[in-house]
Order: sequence, then structure tokens, then C-alpha cells
Amino acid sequence: MTEASMPAPSAPRQRVSLTAPDARTQKRKAAEARFRMYGVAGIATGIFFLIVLLVSIVGSGTGAFQQTFLNVSVYLDPAKLDKNGNRDPADIRKVSTFGYTPLIQDALLKQVQDNGIETPLEKRGDMKAMISASAAAQVRDVVIDNPDLIGETVDFRILASSRVDGYLKDRVKREDVARDKNIDAEHLDLVDALIPLGVVKKTFNMDFITGADASESRAEAAGIGVSMIGSFFMMLVVLVLALPIGVAASIYLEEFAPKNRITDLIEVNIANLAAVPSIVFGILGLSVFIQFMHLPQSAPLVGGMVLTLMTLPTIIISTRASLKAVPPSIRDAALGVGASKMQSVFHHVLPLAAPGILTGTIIGLAQALGETAPLLLIGMVGFIASNAPDSIASGLLDPNSAMPAQIYEWAKRADPAYYERAWGGIIILLIFLITMNTIAVILRRRFERRW
Amino acid sequence: MNDMRILERDVDTNTIKIAARGVQVYYGDNHAIKDVDVDIQDKTVTAFIGPSGCGKSTFLRCLNRMNDTIDVCRVEGDIRIDAEDIYDKKVDPVQLRAKVGMVFQKPNPFPKSIYDNVAYGPRIHGLAQSKSDLDDIVESALRRAAIWDEVKDRLTAAGTGLSGGQQQRLCIARAVATEPEVLLMDEPCSALDPIATAQVEELIDELRQSYSVVIVTHSMQQAARVSQKTAFFHLGNLVEYGETGTIFTNPEDPRTESYITGRIG
Ligand SMILES: Nc1ncnc2c1ncn2[C@@H]1O[C@H](COP(=O)(O)OP(=O)(O)OP(=O)(O)O)[C@@H](O)[C@H]1O
Ligand SMILES: [Mg+2]
Repeated sequence: MTEASMPAPSAPRQRVSLTAPDARTQKRKAAEARFRMYGVAGIATGIFFLIVLLVSIVGSGTGAFQQTFLNVSVYLDPAKLDKNGNRDPADIRKVSTFGYTPLIQDALLKQVQDNGIETPLEKRGDMKAMISASAAAQVRDVVIDNPDLIGETVDFRILASSRVDGYLKDRVKREDVARDKNIDAEHLDLVDALIPLGVVKKTFNMDFITGADASESRAEAAGIGVSMIGSFFMMLVVLVLALPIGVAASIYLEEFAPKNRITDLIEVNIANLAAVPSIVFGILGLSVFIQFMHLPQSAPLVGGMVLTLMTLPTIIISTRASLKAVPPSIRDAALGVGASKMQSVFHHVLPLAAPGILTGTIIGLAQALGETAPLLLIGMVGFIASNAPDSIASGLLDPNSAMPAQIYEWAKRADPAYYERAWGGIIILLIFLITMNTIAVILRRRFERRW
Repeated sequence: MNDMRILERDVDTNTIKIAARGVQVYYGDNHAIKDVDVDIQDKTVTAFIGPSGCGKSTFLRCLNRMNDTIDVCRVEGDIRIDAEDIYDKKVDPVQLRAKVGMVFQKPNPFPKSIYDNVAYGPRIHGLAQSKSDLDDIVESALRRAAIWDEVKDRLTAAGTGLSGGQQQRLCIARAVATEPEVLLMDEPCSALDPIATAQVEELIDELRQSYSVVIVTHSMQQAARVSQKTAFFHLGNLVEYGETGTIFTNPEDPRTESYITGRIG
């Protein structure tokens, strides 16, 4: 009984008006108001940080989706590219990128002189700072594919050097170039003169989304595409391994296993595994999959297996939770009409638990997609000079990286141009994660049923 | 039906369908059923009555081994259906439950369509040769459970979308659709209005022609109306078992009398 219902026997209870709140009520109201304020303040702080995060990610990362290109007409000199003059592909292949570099530099220099731009940069070698080191390879690939182009003047859209790109993106400032041995103020003057002519142009850069990583000195050529494929194959491995194993284990534990010491122990261990730092799974993968089983290093297959180990507890815990949430009366109903245990699980329990299982799986996958630490240990970081795999087997077994590992790698590199690409990679990774979580929500909505 | 007719009502047959001897049930340390002996006759309605928590549901669940699903539950003693020990190691509880249908205390339709709810049992037991066969089974089961008229236009609607009483009748339809030999009903009418109750009682009376029906009920009137035999449970003991007429008009045990007259319970 509360004090209110127990009036003091001596003094008769005073009549209180309902319109005038008494001291206790006021106190309670104040406490409630304070509590609400804390809540609102907490949410506001959260939203503030979210906005800061989004603004900084978008602000720092959008640059990666744009790239500065040089539009030049290169004369593919037969005397340099095909000395024998017989257009034999084997001979053309022998000419390395060093043979192409002067041709491109000449072409740019000619463009400058033809347009009558006044500049102290009059030598072919002066153009080097403007052009990306990968431009020669780009032209060479085209020539090898079409040997007939030799002897003609062909229009190319080649990558500008990362300094020129940085100048157009305000990353490289005039006041800083004095200390930069890679570019001079004269080059910047030249860039300023070439922009109105359309020779230097900043456009959308599809290669960032589809391309492969590049070496340290060629930030302008690096893309996240190949590591995206690596991530894709890893997710495939995780899905194929973790979903059936996890769901089967949970169904067995939840529906069939006897409740005894051993299953209790397993249960506790699964809960603990979910809290094991992911790097531990990485070193486990290194010693078991690579050193003991001799699976290839840096392969998405191994990465996927390591991430499977990491994801399994998440999937098992969420699957068991959703199996537990199915009311026992449904199982009784099925058993009561003579269904076997197996039929009751597969016909009735599992369909009801499916949305929860799917959500758990997708969240586990999203977690695995963003995981970096275990990949460090099995060699999926660093400059992995791979192109897009041409078959599923090579996709699984050839060395590759993964999106978060690629981002980590870029963030580590010295060239500030890579910093921008790391942010760009984060944007792509976040788009993937948001998409997966949205799918999880949609699936849950769609399959959720009342009972 | 009034109480006077109970005396005249005769039991069709004396064949024993279920024979239980020395049944003990423990939930862990809780001794829920204490040494119960009972013979349940074929083509008869047997009512289990008794105060809440006395073990009626527990004993009912022994008869189709639903207690197997409860980890802490332990059943001892001997229960025979058609002279076969149902707790024999060789007995498959799945087969047993097809033969001994059950309607649970709380309505528990599957979260599927009304049609699928009823068709599920016949499907898994292969009772229908064709789609039209199955349609017939579903219709007759729903008719017998006195719910056909209410649901015939929405057989594809969710069974869980029905009212509580309708759900219970759906569960009855589901249980009779598998053509069991024994039907166990745990308070089937506790959520039903008097009209539906009367319909279900009619169904029970009809089922008696071919099955043995065991019904748990808290309503003395219902027990008196539908059953030929009544068993009174108290604190896990079977206090008295006999002809319904005798139990209600001339009980031997003082505990039975005070329960029936409303003094304990
Ligand atoms: N699943 C269970 N686990 C443990 N104890 C149980 C369980 N089910 C029933 N009991 C116990 O067994 C005893 C008998 O329960 P039971 O459900 O058979 O009673 P009842 O006669 O059906 O009661 P009611 O009329 O209220 O349905 C009770 O003491 C109860 O606490
Ligand atoms: Mg009960």
C-alpha cells in the first residue's frame, strides 16, 4: 500500500484540488522532464556526429570520383614502335613503355606550341611532370590491340599526373610547389593556359570504381574495382559456408540437441566466440589454412574462410534467437497432428524464423564486408598488382585484396592523392553496407508475419 | 439434454481402448501424477474434471506422448492403447500421434491459410489421393468442427486471423481431419460462446460413434452433458472414476462431492 491510500489516523486528509499539483507530483514531473532532456540531448549528439561524419566523408571523398585527363593527339611513330616495319605483333610487344613515353611528351609539347602558349617549358622532358606514369602503358595497350594505328596520329585521353590533378582539385597549392620536386610553378601556369583549350579537363572517373590498384607513385591510376571483386568473392565464400553451417548448427542446438553439460558448454562458447577479436581469427586462418593446409596466400577463398569463422557466431546467435522466438505452441500443434520433429521444424518453425535468420545473415555479411584486421594477417593488403579475374576459380584463388583492406592500404601511402582515394573507397564501402542493411530491413518487412 | 437423461444413457461398448496402470509423472522433482490407473473405453466420451493444476492436462498428454517434448518431464507406468504399450521403445511417437489426435488448451493454428491448417495432417500422412480428395477432407473436417459456414468463403485467409473461438474450432477441424482413433481435447470450449460450445458438444457426441474421445473440462455441466465416463483428479491423484451419472449424482468420495458441489477447487 502506498502512503496516499493510508491517511494518518489523527489528521483527516485534506481535500486537494486536482488543478493545483502538489509538491510530490511536481517533483516527479521535473524528474521526467529532466530525463527526457537527457534523451533528446543524447540523440542530438548522435545526429550531430553522424552529420559531421557524412559531411567529412562526402567532402573528402568525392574528389576520388573525378580525375584530370589530358586530351592529346599522339603521333605513333613507326620508326620507334615498329623498327622492322612489318607490324608483327611479337615485335610490337617488344617495345616497352619507355618507347612510348617520349611520343606522348612530344605530343603534349606540340599541343602547347601549336596553341602559341608562352612558357619557359620548351623541352620534351619538361612535360614529364604533367603526365601520369601510366599514360605510356595506356597508349601501348591500345597499339598492341590495333597495330594498324602505327604511323597515324591518334587522339588519346590520358591521365594527368597526380600533381596536376591535385592542382585542379585544390589539393596542390601554388604556395607549396616551391618545395615540391615533382612539379614547378611554370607547370601550373601551363595547366591554367591549357584548361580553356580543353586539353586539361577534369571529368567523372569510372576507372576509380572499376580499376585495379596502382603502385605508390601512380595514385591517379588507382581504382577500387578489383578489390571490390575480391570482396565479392569473399562474401560468396562466407555466404556459401556460413549460412548453411550456421543455420544447421542452430537448428540442431535449438531443436534437437539434448540439454546437457556438453550443449551448455557449446552454447557458452559460441557466445564467447562472438566476442573474440577478429584479428585472432586472422592468425588462426594464417596458421591453419595457409601454413598447415597450404592454401594460397592473399586469396579471397582463404579470406572468405577466415571471415566465415568470424561470422558464424553472429549467424548462429541470431538464428537461435529467431528460432526461440517461434512460439512453442506451433511445434506442439505440428507434433500433435503427427508430424515428425523434422517436419515440424522445416514446415512450421523455419518459415517463421526465416526473416530473423536472413536479417542476422545479412548483418553478419555486412560485418564481414567491413572487416580488415584478419585480412592483414593472410596477406590481403599491400599493393596487389592484379587485374580483374577472368574466371570464378581465379577469382577465388588469385591474390586479391578487399575493399576495407584496400582503403587501409591507401590511407597508409605517402602521396596525398591516395588520401582522397581512401575516402572515396569509404564512400563505396558505405554504399554497399547501406544497401545490404536496407535489403535486410526490406526482407524482414516482407517476410514478417503475425501469429 | 438435461441431467435426467444421463442415467438412461448407455455405453455402447465395453471394449477398452486405453488402459493405464500405475502412471506416475514427474516434472523434475514435482510429482504431478501419482499412481493413476484408468481404463478408457472405445466409442465413449470420457471427461477429466478437477481443480486447476491437478494434472488433467499432464495425464492427457501422456496418452499421446506429448510429454516427451518437455525435457524435465518423466513418465513411469504402463499405458496401453489396443493392448500395445505406447511407451515401448519400438513405438514411434509420430505414428502414435497420428492415431491419437489432440486439441490443445490454447488455440494454436499454424500461421498458414485456413485450408492449409486443416490439410496439413492429411497431407503428411498421405490420406488424400488427389486434390479433390483433399478438398473433401478439408470441407468435412471444417463442417464437423462447426466452422465451415464461417470460413468457406475465405479458405485462403490466414488461420491466425480468426477469432479465438474460431481458431479453436479450426484446431478441432485440424485434429479430426487426420481421422484419429482417439481424440484428446484439452478444454476445447473454454474460448467458445454457448452456440459454438453446443456445436462442439454435438460434434463430440457424433465423434463418439467412431472414436474414443477424452475431454478435459472445467464445466461440470459440460462433463455431464457430453460424457459417459468421468474421472475426477485431485492433486495428482485419480480420486474417482466411473459412470458420469454416478459421479454426478452419487459420488463415493467426499472430495468428489465437495468439488462437484463447488466447495473445493
Ligand atoms: N511444462 C511443465 N513444467 C513443469 N511443471 C509443469 C509443466 N506443466 C505442468 N506442470 C505442473 O504439473 C502440475 C499439473 O499441471 P497440469 O497442467 O496438468 O494441470 P491442469 O489440471 O491441466 O490444470 P488446468 O486446469 O489449470 O489446466 C502443476 O503443478 C504444474 O505446475
Ligand atoms: Mg490444463
